Amino acid sequence: MRLALRDITKRFGSLVANDHISLTVEPGEIHCLLGENGAGKSTLMNVLYGLYQADEGDILIDDEPQHFKGPGDAMAAGIGMVHQHFMLIPVFTVAENVMLGHETTGFAGSLDLDAARRRVREISDRFGFQVDPDALVEDLPVGVQQRVEIIKALSRDAEVLVFDEPTAVLTPQETDELMAIMRQLKESGTGIVFITHKLREVREVADRITVIRRGTVVGEASPEASNAELAALMVGRPVELKVHKDPAQPGERALVVSDLTVADETGHVHIDGISFHIDAGEILAVAGVQGNGQTELTEAMVGLAPHVEGSIKLDGREIVGRSVRKALEAGIGFIPEDRQIEGLVSNFTIAENLMLNRSYDKPFVSRGSLNLKKLDTFAKEKLAEYDVRAPGVSTLAGQLSGGNQQKVVVARELSRDLRLLVAAQPTRGVDVGSIEFIHKQIVAARDSGVPVLVVSSELDEISALADRIMVLYRGRVVGIVPADTSRDTLGLMMAGESPEGSES
Amino acid sequence: MSEKGPENQPVETSEPTEPTEPTEPTEETKAASDADRVPEASRWHLAMREITTGNALVAVLSVLLAMFFGSLMILFTDEDVRYGLSYFFARPSDTFYYAWEAISGAYVSLWRGAVFNDLGGTFTQQIKPITETLKFAAPLTLAGLGIGLTFRAGLFNIGGRGQMLLGGAAAAFVAVKLDLPMIVHLPLAILVGALVAALWGGIPGILKALTGAHEVIVTIMLNYVGYYLVFYALTRKSLLQAPGSGNPKSAPMPESAILPDLLGPKFNLHAGFLLAVLATFLVWWILNRSSLGYRFRAVGENPSAARAAGINVGVAYTSAFLISGALVGLAGVNQVLGSVTDGATSGLDAGIGFDAITVALLGRSRPFGILAAGILFGAFKSGGFFMQASEGIPVDIVLVIQSLIVLFLAAPPLVKAIFRLPTKEA
Repeated sequence: MRLALRDITKRFGSLVANDHISLTVEPGEIHCLLGENGAGKSTLMNVLYGLYQADEGDILIDDEPQHFKGPGDAMAAGIGMVHQHFMLIPVFTVAENVMLGHETTGFAGSLDLDAARRRVREISDRFGFQVDPDALVEDLPVGVQQRVEIIKALSRDAEVLVFDEPTAVLTPQETDELMAIMRQLKESGTGIVFITHKLREVREVADRITVIRRGTVVGEASPEASNAELAALMVGRPVELKVHKDPAQPGERALVVSDLTVADETGHVHIDGISFHIDAGEILAVAGVQGNGQTELTEAMVGLAPHVEGSIKLDGREIVGRSVRKALEAGIGFIPEDRQIEGLVSNFTIAENLMLNRSYDKPFVSRGSLNLKKLDTFAKEKLAEYDVRAPGVSTLAGQLSGGNQQKVVVARELSRDLRLLVAAQPTRGVDVGSIEFIHKQIVAARDSGVPVLVVSSELDEISALADRIMVLYRGRVVGIVPADTSRDTLGLMMAGESPEGSES
Repeated sequence: MSEKGPENQPVETSEPTEPTEPTEPTEETKAASDADRVPEASRWHLAMREITTGNALVAVLSVLLAMFFGSLMILFTDEDVRYGLSYFFARPSDTFYYAWEAISGAYVSLWRGAVFNDLGGTFTQQIKPITETLKFAAPLTLAGLGIGLTFRAGLFNIGGRGQMLLGGAAAAFVAVKLDLPMIVHLPLAILVGALVAALWGGIPGILKALTGAHEVIVTIMLNYVGYYLVFYALTRKSLLQAPGSGNPKSAPMPESAILPDLLGPKFNLHAGFLLAVLATFLVWWILNRSSLGYRFRAVGENPSAARAAGINVGVAYTSAFLISGALVGLAGVNQVLGSVTDGATSGLDAGIGFDAITVALLGRSRPFGILAAGILFGAFKSGGFFMQASEGIPVDIVLVIQSLIVLFLAAPPLVKAIFRLPTKEA
């Protein structure tokens, strides 16, 4: 099945999300759609999947124009989608999930689970997925859940599979496995659209690369192109992929964490008695697969976690047991891992968001009333200084692109006198150009003598920023290793294997 | 369907703006978050925000739609129209004539009862309706402001009835038990009423902050507790019951504690309306210019972000409920010391505590919107009685219109669909 998009245009009001985009996917081909966040990749795929109707242009399957009214039509035409956020019901088994939406029923509407089981086994065996049809989805590792999504699409005879940012939630090893699966699918004749902004993955599997920027196709690239070339195409200008930083000049021991244990409301322990320290002017990067305690660690640092034992001493003062406000007043800057949830109030203006952590006192509040003039001046300054692309300081934060939203958060957190910076996933969902900018800011904070704790699930980011790397696995420290530790070693550590010669 | 379109909701504080670079209207910007960490309440939260602080146009159209359906109901309950329908095919013009008569009669009398009565003999009689409207608007606005304030902080205050009762009863207690010169007596009665209602209203805030108890349940239940408390006080001579009476009612308010008339004795309009206007400005200042109001809004829009930025969410909830209680309590004070001064009863809230929810919704939780909605509802009230008296149209039709307004407000997509307004892409 040959899929072609021809001159697809999609507008939202006066905003052109897709501007005459054309691309073709041949059977047995992996076509990479590369672009920054906000470039229009997902809009295009939602058009393809029938979630949006294109304003102009056609979708052709084997040269036949298609009119998809909804995902059902797209699926029937042989298009399958593996979403970034899995569309699975956790408490159902694999087979139940796979049959969901096109259940085969027997006498009096009874479900024919056996048929679904057989189908799962058949597909699973064909590609070596090793998925048990009777396992509950919630018990499966993330990588396997993703395979269930793939099985779901294949069970509906999908001939073109769309992968929307599939590696965001995977370990490096799981990512490699996914790459292998994609190659296998390709050999069996499936066409694949692979949406991503990660350059390494693109170069590894792509047969063809289409680069999208600001809603238009800016070029095709060959998989042999260098990272720098691809990045420049994506961003529209040469990009420094490697953060330039001088060797750290560690000062005094600023942060000392000892025997830290963090549990949640249900008593489940997420951080299990870990100890580490950070010197002034040093970046400690925390690596690990998502869900191994990183979130709870950063929350404990700012007093957001409910049940914390042990000690976190910043400049000799205890942080554990203090309120968030007291922790922030002690000089902790906090970039939360999800800016939509914890970083920003999307219905607030940029200016209002810039004072979110300073609503109690000067400079923006005096005797209980807001100093809007001062806030306005401050916001305008920060807008320019942090290169936030917005019409003005009264633009709602929710209307900004991910990168610009994150810059607002970074601007807010770095504009106070800091004694410690805690940055959780500082560039998640942020475009390459903004990543470069944010990384520079974090390094600049380090160079001014601030100790920095960076948590990231991207190994590239870890290696780029870290002076030392701490790997977490199931709430414990696997090891603290130098910044130049190889990817392979880090990957093994992220799976829980202790390396040789690490301090811990 | 998830709302994936670009956020183009008109918002009071900022002119519609265009993002400079294409903000891709998908969840991509939300990036790969662990889905399980998204607070469970967010969906409910979104819906609530949409309903409580929604679009101004939707609010206006909801009123129009409600009046349209109200007209249909007038038609179908009108004797003449039904008589005309019985021989519709013989002479359809009769039916249309009767229908026009019924509807124009209804709305003309509503106008005469609420704004300006051109049939009145004297100028005083002619303009009396608008003063009646403002009189009814005062408690609705005061209570609406209180409830709107909690909406902005992301809270539902269904406890208006209890807060009004407590506030009114406390003011009545000060009024009948103390004998002071007016310059002290009236302000003291008002203050005590507001304060007691604030403390009563603060209970759900404190419970939510400390234990997470849901404020909807707590406020609903406190309505009953408040009602029986006040009822008890009204049956005890030592508390509120009028001397020498067996009825659960207090003595009439003394002259020194009564809100003065604004336009002289010929009109019922009293200083309670002034109180409502002042409160409107005050609430506007709190919400838009004070740091406390900034925190209310931050907590209302995104409690997680507020918490992560060091804002004490529990304190914000509690203070929002305290202020809300005081405002709703003032509505009770307005009733006891202004509108019905012959003594406080356990029915002094007159359903205003619940109507105020509608007023706050219609006013989109914006102070001046609430004032406008309060006046509109005051007009419905004042005009409704007149309509019943002059046209024989049951006053209940006004209640139906009010209820329909809420219904349409709660279903913005329906209103948008009816008027073919652009909606967000589903």
